[in-house]
Amino acid sequence: MIRTTIRTVTVSSLALIASLSAAQAKTEIQWWHAMGGELGTKLEEIVAGYNASQEEYTVIPSFKGTYPETMTAAIAAFRANEQPAIVQVFEVGTGTMMAAKGAIYPVYELMADMGEPFDPADYLSSVVGYYTDTEGNMLSMPFNSSTPILYYNKDVFEKAGLDRDTAPKTWAEVEEFGTKIMDSGAAPCGFTTGWISWVQLENLSAWHNQPIGTLENGFGGIETELTVNGPVQVKHWENLKTWQDSGLFQYGGPTGGNDAPPKFYAQECAIYMNSSASRAGVVANAKDFEVGYGMLPYYDDVEGAPQNSIIGGATLWVLQGRDEAEYKGVADFFSYLSSAEVQADWHQFSGYLPITQAAWDLSKEQGFYEANPGSDVSIQQMTLNTPTENSKGLRFGNYVQIRTIIDEEFQALLSGQKDAQGALDDLVSRGNVLIREFEAANK
Amino acid sequence: MKRTIFPNRWLPWLLLAPQLAVTLVFFLWPAGQAVRQSFLREDAFGLKTTFIGLENYAALFRDPQYLNSMQVTAVFSISVAVLSLGMALLLALAVDRMLGSARIYTTLLVWPYAVAPVVAGIMWWFIFNPTIGIMPYVLRQMGYDWNHGLNGNDAMVLVVIAASWKQVSYNFLFFVAGLQAIPASLREAAAIDGAGPVKRFFTITLPLLSPTTFFLLVVTITYTLFDTFPVIHATTEGGPAQSTNILVYKVFNDGFLGLNLGSSAAQSVILMAIVIGLTVIQFRWIERRVEY
Repeated sequence: MIRTTIRTVTVSSLALIASLSAAQAKTEIQWWHAMGGELGTKLEEIVAGYNASQEEYTVIPSFKGTYPETMTAAIAAFRANEQPAIVQVFEVGTGTMMAAKGAIYPVYELMADMGEPFDPADYLSSVVGYYTDTEGNMLSMPFNSSTPILYYNKDVFEKAGLDRDTAPKTWAEVEEFGTKIMDSGAAPCGFTTGWISWVQLENLSAWHNQPIGTLENGFGGIETELTVNGPVQVKHWENLKTWQDSGLFQYGGPTGGNDAPPKFYAQECAIYMNSSASRAGVVANAKDFEVGYGMLPYYDDVEGAPQNSIIGGATLWVLQGRDEAEYKGVADFFSYLSSAEVQADWHQFSGYLPITQAAWDLSKEQGFYEANPGSDVSIQQMTLNTPTENSKGLRFGNYVQIRTIIDEEFQALLSGQKDAQGALDDLVSRGNVLIREFEAANK
Repeated sequence: MKRTIFPNRWLPWLLLAPQLAVTLVFFLWPAGQAVRQSFLREDAFGLKTTFIGLENYAALFRDPQYLNSMQVTAVFSISVAVLSLGMALLLALAVDRMLGSARIYTTLLVWPYAVAPVVAGIMWWFIFNPTIGIMPYVLRQMGYDWNHGLNGNDAMVLVVIAASWKQVSYNFLFFVAGLQAIPASLREAAAIDGAGPVKRFFTITLPLLSPTTFFLLVVTITYTLFDTFPVIHATTEGGPAQSTNILVYKVFNDGFLGLNLGSSAAQSVILMAIVIGLTVIQFRWIERRVEY
């Protein structure tokens, strides 16, 4: 509580200074984001491009730390009535943002109110589907969306006597290839993965067309319940435990799995699953070997697999309570952001998905995918099939905490405290408690 | 104690005013807010607020995770207190025997106290990192597979060491001062009467150090309850599977990451009550019983 107050005081004094200096002609638009490092520099470049392209508005990007930090900062600012016009929120915060009806300005409404030309059909449905309500209205503007793909070490594959140009397609192949790699001594570990929650549970479910929760994975209402303790998920987690015991799989840690990338870069693990936006990092770090790309593995005995993968990353939410003039600027800025040139540039630089068909086409035209093999795996995987209600995405309240529960239960599984069924059952019951709390608070 | 009498009635208030204002704005007001918030159920944005009485507290005591956090905190606090007080006393006794070089040792041993808790946490995180750290490597040679990312006991050992390391310096300083205050004649007299070093320590030094020890015990426990937040945040983040999720870290996690402000506020009120309790014990009970 002490921290909230201090934060509120700082935020409000900063905002005061900002508003005093903003008395000039141009309308200033605050954009709070969570893009650090190279992505942050690129983001500022895009904003500078927009500010130079017109006279009326100045967008001011501010880096607010990690995704959770940015989101909580914006919420604290909203409570103190000092919110930015635009805030970047990660996909697991979607449920919380959507439920805050009086706090958010849905993008489709904003564009209509401001008379900005806007056609939802221009956007890739597999990307924006995650952020639309049940009536098909787009609530936030996708900015950086990615999906997990498979990376592998071609040189290690060859050393193990495997074909260097064939990525494993099924989990059976992952096991087979991994065993060969370990037996031949080409590498001490078969595979590792980032984001257990996102890759090995949520995407696993969508990829096999298994429900993550009731009511269309929560899209249908906040009365939803988790259902990830189904047979496919249980079998997969059981396998992960077995593979971890035999050394075929190495755990990269909770949340994003910080220990996973070094294992792949150091050629310890031959296969690595993580976000398509990790591509730039993988290419930069894989100095001594060649990287191959593939889609996520699937179990071929599950009917309907592979379906399509789901996204992660973040979108831009517009917050209520700013001046009309600013919203005009926001609408104008969003049009600029989703233009084919800006999108294609951002997509090619970062490995995030292009959010519009036009940006995808432009990248094809420019020959980007031929020059950078593997860079289109993510889009192919996203658009492999028309999304079903199990593979559109997910939307649960308090999901930030549920993500933590997923990690905790997975750790309990790996350390042998629970079996796969037990861990997933506990995950579901603990998660449902949080979803019920969220329902009670938002009724 | 000598009482100072101010001739003017207002002057003492005026002199106290800045401190009182700070206390009011930064401590009492937020604490009051926390108490208020703990009776409410609210969504993250504060759009819908419902008064639910003690439901937040009741939910906490029904929640196995919270009870687990209490248990974890107890284990953590007691371990840190024992380790940091024990080490500090040992070092202080060693320094007390030094004649010329005591000053240098004292200075060197106080250094860790100047290190920010986050830095201390990160440093220990590096030393114990299962992939790149030196300790897991050494331990593996000895046949122990260290992995605080999965093994809750390993994680607890790590945070206890990281949190104690810093506090040893502080406790050490007080012990050195305490030892110096013990008249040498007492120990000499005992030595002449034939008491060995161990006997002298337990019958003379330790009882005479008891006020210092009790004071440090309360300070250390308060430290483990609040100031260890950065250590946990930089090393285990409460994991694996909540095995190092101490109360103060849970307050942060539920409030600032989970945005469950009602529950988070209720937890901080409970934490506040624990510390008030400790302080009362220190002032009312220990200060009266311990001989100065």
